[in-house]
Amino acid sequence: MTTTVTALETMTVASQDGVPRPRVFRNSLTMAWRALLKARHEPELVADAIAIPVLFTLLFTYLFGGALSGSTHQYLRFLLPGTLVMTILLITVSAGLSLNNDRNQGALDRFRSMPVWQPALIIGSLIGDLIRYLVAAALVLGLGLVMGYRPAGGAGGVLLAVALILVFGFSVSWIWTSLGLVLRSAQAVSILSFAVQVPLTFASNVFVNPATLPGWLHVFVNVNPVSHLVTAERALMNGTAAVGQVGWVLLASAGLIAVFAPLTMLLYRGRQ
Amino acid sequence: MVTAAAIEASGLVKTYGTTRAVDGLELTVPRGGVFGLLGPNGAGKTTTIRILATLTRPDAGQASVLGHDVRADPLAVRARISLTGQFATLDASLTGMENLVLQARLLGLSRRAARQRAGELLDAFGLADAGRRAVKAYSGGMRRRLDVAVSIVLAPALLFLDEPTTGLDPRSRSQVWEMVRWLVREGTTVLLTTQYLDEADQLASQIAVIDHGTIIASGTPGELKASVGSGVLRVRLADPGDREKARRILERTFGVAVHPEPDPAALTARLNADAGEGEVGDAAALGMFELSREGIAIGTFALGQPSLDEVFLALTGHNTQESAPKGTVA
Repeated sequence: MTTTVTALETMTVASQDGVPRPRVFRNSLTMAWRALLKARHEPELVADAIAIPVLFTLLFTYLFGGALSGSTHQYLRFLLPGTLVMTILLITVSAGLSLNNDRNQGALDRFRSMPVWQPALIIGSLIGDLIRYLVAAALVLGLGLVMGYRPAGGAGGVLLAVALILVFGFSVSWIWTSLGLVLRSAQAVSILSFAVQVPLTFASNVFVNPATLPGWLHVFVNVNPVSHLVTAERALMNGTAAVGQVGWVLLASAGLIAVFAPLTMLLYRGRQ
Repeated sequence: MVTAAAIEASGLVKTYGTTRAVDGLELTVPRGGVFGLLGPNGAGKTTTIRILATLTRPDAGQASVLGHDVRADPLAVRARISLTGQFATLDASLTGMENLVLQARLLGLSRRAARQRAGELLDAFGLADAGRRAVKAYSGGMRRRLDVAVSIVLAPALLFLDEPTTGLDPRSRSQVWEMVRWLVREGTTVLLTTQYLDEADQLASQIAVIDHGTIIASGTPGELKASVGSGVLRVRLADPGDREKARRILERTFGVAVHPEPDPAALTARLNADAGEGEVGDAAALGMFELSREGIAIGTFALGQPSLDEVFLALTGHNTQESAPKGTVA
């Protein structure tokens, strides 16, 4: 106790040069730094998201690859762009989870009572997520290269594929930030994201060629947005990209942002 | 020149469903010192603070903080206040240092200034050794100290201090009190909410008692106590066997009821509510004289003000531990 007394006596109150004002870029970057710090202190969040795709890449390639595509090498060429998509989609929930935690634990109220640019908390989380996507994408691609994957699209194709998936991941994140502000617990957000993403990933062209599926499922796979994304990724990485495939993904991304970004902000401001 | 009060609120109403959490609240908090907002759980303390801190919009009424309207200019309010406690938590997965730097950066300090300020605060609050550890590993007392440190990265003109010592051990409690007194000396106005009456008694220069969403009494701790009674006399006899005789003598002397306490040798009397300090002291002295004249040995006696617990009971008809029933305000 005495240590506190003496220390306090020598402490000065920081003088304020004017009053602090909201700053769009600086506040967002600070919040991104916060998101990265949290990710560094809780690496299991990224590890969880990467473990599943890595496991599936190994399992499907070596167990079913030969049966599905004639050779494990051929199958990996087909599979790897799909597992990359799967990885990123699983991570898209993290900004929503973090927002839900911030709301439940009171951090949101701290930020809302501060003179900061209010969307910074959300934008910052999403910028932080972009870094997570990059790390995850590098890991999955690295695994693919070790397993013998050689993208026909070359480095350029791979970079474009990663860029496209970052755009899509960023867009999908807004769905989860909206839900993170609506749903009661982080657990509910996690469960819902799993319940939505697992069927969307499996009932797509990630693992198998849809032509081999029964008719009703074939119809679903063809309208599944994940299929469109995987098709575009495959085309970019394997060097056969068409403008339409990429354009579809960009259009879908723009649509998601147009709907869910304003919705998230509405929910964020409306919490009173 | 700014002369506006720290807080001015009138006719504030906030309804959640059928519950009127805040019901026509009137509150004026002058600048400087600690203002205690006292009330049981569910009395409307939290909602009042949420409105004043721009987190919740009132359904009706006016509120201004340091001269700025909370609805018209929330940004000006936010630039001058800090929140602590259940309203605004720390990031448990980050370290103490990181929490402080984050706050400083959000308030516009440069990276270097933020780091330096964080280091100063860690030192001042006795957290220098814990600065690199995650907050989730902190004890309750350390967390509360960091909480206060984070809220004064830039000294706010008004600090909302929400139940700062709930769940703390006595040592941490007095550390927090010490910090509050220091802040006030440095010029910050503190709005303290608490359920602990002795905490309000220790720190606050002004107290408002809130129940069912309205202020039911306000004044200095002394005034509030005086409104209930001037003094409480507690006598402990050397021999418990004398108690009944002593009780009769004292009742005759004071002309008020004298109550036996759970302690078999002790008696208490609430002396003449209308009398001034001096007269109460005289009456108590006379009572002691009468006892010794009748040959009753006195162990100890004490004349004190009534506790704020008694004040609260007298004002509300229920004690502070009971939650106010919700949604039943007429």
